[in-house]
Amino acid sequence: MIEAKVSDILNRYARDESSLIAVLQDLQEEYSYLPREALEQISKEMNVPLSRILSLATFFKAFSLKPKGKHPINVCLGTACHVRGAQLILEKFERELGIKTGETTQDLLFSLEAVRCLGCCGLAPVVMVGEEVHGKVTQTKVPAIIKKYKK
Amino acid sequence: MAVEKEKLYRVHLMVCAGTGCVSNHAFEIKEALEKEIKRRGLEKEVKVVTTGCNGFCERGPLMVVQPGNIFYQMLTVKDIPYLVEEHLLKGRPVKKLMYQPPEEKTPVPVLSEINFFKKQVLVALRNRGLIDPEKIEDYIARDGYKALVKALTQMTPEEIIHEVTISGLRGRGGAGFPTGLKWQLVRNAISPDNEKYLVCNGDEGDPGAFMDRSILEADPHSVIEGMLIGAKAIGATQGFIYVRNEYPLAVKRILIALDQARYYGLLGHDILGTGFDFDIRVVRGAGAFVCGEETALLASIEGRLGEPRPRPPYPAEKGLWGKPTCINNVETWANIPVIIDRGGKWFASIGTATSKGTKVFSIVGKINNTGLVEVPMGITLREIIYDIGGGIPGGKKFKAVQTGGPSGGCIPAELINLPIDYESLTAAGSMMGSGGMVVMDEDTCMVDVARYFLSFTQDESCGKCTPCREGTKAMLDILTRITEGKGTEEDLGLLEELADTIKEASLCGLGKTAPNPVLTTLRYFRDEYIAHIQDKKCPAHVCRSLNVYKIDPQICFEKGHGCDVCRRNCATDAIIGSKGEAHKIDQTKCIKCGVCFDVCHFGAVKVE
Amino acid sequence: MPKLTIEELEKLREEARKTTFIREQGQFRAKINVHMGTCGLAAGARHILNAFLQEIEKRGLTDVLLTTSGCAGLCSREPMATIEIAGQAPVKYIDLTEKKVEEIFEKHIQGGEIVTAYALGIGSEKTDLS
Ligand SMILES: Cc1cc2nc3c(=O)[nH]c(=O)nc-3n(C[C@H](O)[C@H](O)[C@H](O)COP(=O)(O)O)c2cc1C
Ligand code: FES
Repeated sequence: MIEAKVSDILNRYARDESSLIAVLQDLQEEYSYLPREALEQISKEMNVPLSRILSLATFFKAFSLKPKGKHPINVCLGTACHVRGAQLILEKFERELGIKTGETTQDLLFSLEAVRCLGCCGLAPVVMVGEEVHGKVTQTKVPAIIKKYKK
Repeated sequence: MAVEKEKLYRVHLMVCAGTGCVSNHAFEIKEALEKEIKRRGLEKEVKVVTTGCNGFCERGPLMVVQPGNIFYQMLTVKDIPYLVEEHLLKGRPVKKLMYQPPEEKTPVPVLSEINFFKKQVLVALRNRGLIDPEKIEDYIARDGYKALVKALTQMTPEEIIHEVTISGLRGRGGAGFPTGLKWQLVRNAISPDNEKYLVCNGDEGDPGAFMDRSILEADPHSVIEGMLIGAKAIGATQGFIYVRNEYPLAVKRILIALDQARYYGLLGHDILGTGFDFDIRVVRGAGAFVCGEETALLASIEGRLGEPRPRPPYPAEKGLWGKPTCINNVETWANIPVIIDRGGKWFASIGTATSKGTKVFSIVGKINNTGLVEVPMGITLREIIYDIGGGIPGGKKFKAVQTGGPSGGCIPAELINLPIDYESLTAAGSMMGSGGMVVMDEDTCMVDVARYFLSFTQDESCGKCTPCREGTKAMLDILTRITEGKGTEEDLGLLEELADTIKEASLCGLGKTAPNPVLTTLRYFRDEYIAHIQDKKCPAHVCRSLNVYKIDPQICFEKGHGCDVCRRNCATDAIIGSKGEAHKIDQTKCIKCGVCFDVCHFGAVKVE
Repeated sequence: MPKLTIEELEKLREEARKTTFIREQGQFRAKINVHMGTCGLAAGARHILNAFLQEIEKRGLTDVLLTTSGCAGLCSREPMATIEIAGQAPVKYIDLTEKKVEEIFEKHIQGGEIVTAYALGIGSEKTDLS
């Protein structure tokens, strides 16, 4: 399964080094993380050392080596959100979900991340769940936001 | 993609589909409009058009009715049937959905007469709200690709560069390097195989800035046309647009725009039959702030780790794959077509002696009218914050504005009459940066802001050079100590010393400018640092370790009748008391999250 | 595959303007304002409006703007429209029919000659949107 998918992704690019990041991005998009066996296959087929791939995978924030929850929650800690109390929102999510930032819930439903600026600062503080943006979030609204995705 | 002949409609409803409005359900508004228009049999007369960001994000979702320029705001789906019937059917604009300035009694119907828009001068954002970003024909109708024709048929590369030089345009990505000069350097640079590259920097890492995003999403062709003109000027055949990972919509819009431009032969081989070749590729960032720095950005286009390298050699001599490369910011590129079309002299007539033209700013934070504005250089801070921004919400006191992102600084309220240009901002200890302006009021703690930016740069430091990696960590530790009430007066001196070293010895701009937020807050808000150190108090009640929450038993009992709301909302069961009696906080359990303060309707919860 | 030449680009621009010009805030050679409102609608203002729209589209004009406004207060003479040629006093036409619209468009808007037979008066008050 993974093998075919990876070949498919590789075929979109010229298999030269300059497309390595793009390949990883497509992979990340497909699985929400970078599966180890996929990276090994890429290393072999593109003829780049696995260590180089791993160094890219850990340098860039867009990549994750661990599986993510079904609903990734991104709490914005950009400047505009920060001055409107985003840190408290993030901590409220941590308490409600019982996980720390960067972790995933046991049931694999949610993972919690802090990000810097989602570009809708006018609605600060902003939380993004999956593709959906929630603006002007308050601590008291957090339980309802979580509940919405907990079907 | 056949070109269908467009029908003439009597009304275009320009619905803002910028990120802000979309998260405010703009697409539901659009659907409701289309449904209602159909129900009323108006579908042959009225057309709904989605545009990029209109700028007045605070009031979203927004819609402008053309002709007439009638501005509707804060729309909800249930307003739509009435709006369609009254305005579109009966010709009566609906006052209650218009913008009404807080201090006035009557609404302002016409967009251009609303204060937020009045002082703006649109150059980079010239097509704002007037085109569908996914239709090249809309761009062309507004003089799009006219400057390209001029550049390809009537101008030599030298003449193009000359025009950009006399326009006085300086890079909008932060440092303000003269664009004409940069182009000349790349043009003069020798490339062994004659290949030169052009890059558009759309990494926009400054948290709190979204102007580049807005341009890419609202008017992608303005950037493409700018790059085409630049390519002719410097002799490049391949361009790259590097877009930040968090901006999927921008990527989508540019890809569409590139396809359309290729379809019409405005990109590719023999453009417009003039024999000129150029094409553009989109590269997605992968989430690293330092990749906004030009050498790191180029490394990451090549598929390598996004780490900066020492300059010189500058990208102008040795850039992508060692070839001369011209890298400019999104907004810089978007200005180019207008400069070529209307002339460098015209552009130079806007602005100040050394800062020409206009600049796009995002005004966010503690301000009434958050949004995106384009203003002439030299406008004062006061005009931006009060005339355009509508002042500070809740009657609070304006304290400072942060410009230049993590590389910039905080400008205090005393400098409210400061003209906004490159030199004045630098003299005030900050910088122009990419154009993010975060407004702060009396409830913002400046020590916390300094700590915030340091934690940002510390987090984003690529770790390649020691001064930046270790120095910012040391500064962050001190600042954290101070915000926890454990700082000493020597710490302030230590901060300044560390700042000097980091500025001197860091490899790239990230480190060189990282201390700025600390230095400006130390310069203008030293008393707040002292309060944290000597009195162990945070005057703005932001630094949590120094806060104590208490419930005034009298207010709680007499006004609130022990309403119990705080207890029910407390996350840690730190509130004692039952309904009908005065409540109390158990300080050993309190985590100072402030929820009780937020939910109390009677002002019984106090923070000290 | 239409790889454009420069002339074709200019033609495309002209074509595109024929439908997008209504978004512009600039000067128009002529403005037509059809009075809607409940009475106007009942009297058939929508047909009049569409008749004007078709005239503009048919001729491919980009300098004539069509707008609407609420009731003009003379309900017995609806449908009505006010026509304003730039620099001249507005003219109010009453009891309009699609046929009259054609004639008015040809003679007044294109020819500059007021069709006095259908006109109520010259120099009436400004409309909401003009
Ligand atoms: C740490 C760091 C981050 C930067 N981030 C950006 C950015 O997000 N966008 C940008 O256009 N320029 C950024 N720059 C500036 C670029 O290095 C470069 O100067 C700019 O893209 C040149 O374009 P301009 O002359 O049009 O401004 C950054 C610089 C540094 C040191
Ligand atoms: S700072 Fe949170 S969206 Fe920009």
